[in-house]
Amino acid sequence: MFLGKVIGRVVPAVVYEGMTGVPLLWVQPLDKRGQDAGLPFVCADGTRMAGPGETVYWEASREAALTLDSTFVPVDHAVVGIVDTIQLDGEAGP
Amino acid sequence: MILARVTGRITSTIHHKDMQGRKLLILDKLDAAGEPTGGYVIAIDTVGAGAGETVIMLDEGNGARQILGVPNMPVRSVVVGIVDHI
Repeated sequence: MFLGKVIGRVVPAVVYEGMTGVPLLWVQPLDKRGQDAGLPFVCADGTRMAGPGETVYWEASREAALTLDSTFVPVDHAVVGIVDTIQLDGEAGP
Repeated sequence: MILARVTGRITSTIHHKDMQGRKLLILDKLDAAGEPTGGYVIAIDTVGAGAGETVIMLDEGNGARQILGVPNMPVRSVVVGIVDHI
């Protein structure tokens, strides 16, 4: 799992069967200090409670689809949880 | 499995139901010299690892779900050992 920041909501007009009603978020991946690391991607929201501005942790690959009710869906990134705090040993967190 | 060093922790209240009560660690990935490569990963702790310890991290979903005993849990990265020496 990795850190990310939700930078937007994605509202699809048409989705593959099984993905109906799944919230989609636009997520900017972060390094452990909260700095941008790479290009943003679209994430299914496994918590169904994340929104823009929140720091989240996400999972990629096959495990991403397992956050959803229907697990055999074409999803490759998903938010697993919303981060409350990040504590880094020996340095101030973001 | 890879070697990594525990450098932090993450707390979360709102998460996927299978993440309830799991301890999340921030791990720095290590190179062959034992130095941080700059990459990191967030993993679930199953062995009681603590700050600064070098650990073995499994990064594969099926094994992770077997260890945690939860079918269909959306997790790949699990700390499965604490290194004494290399």
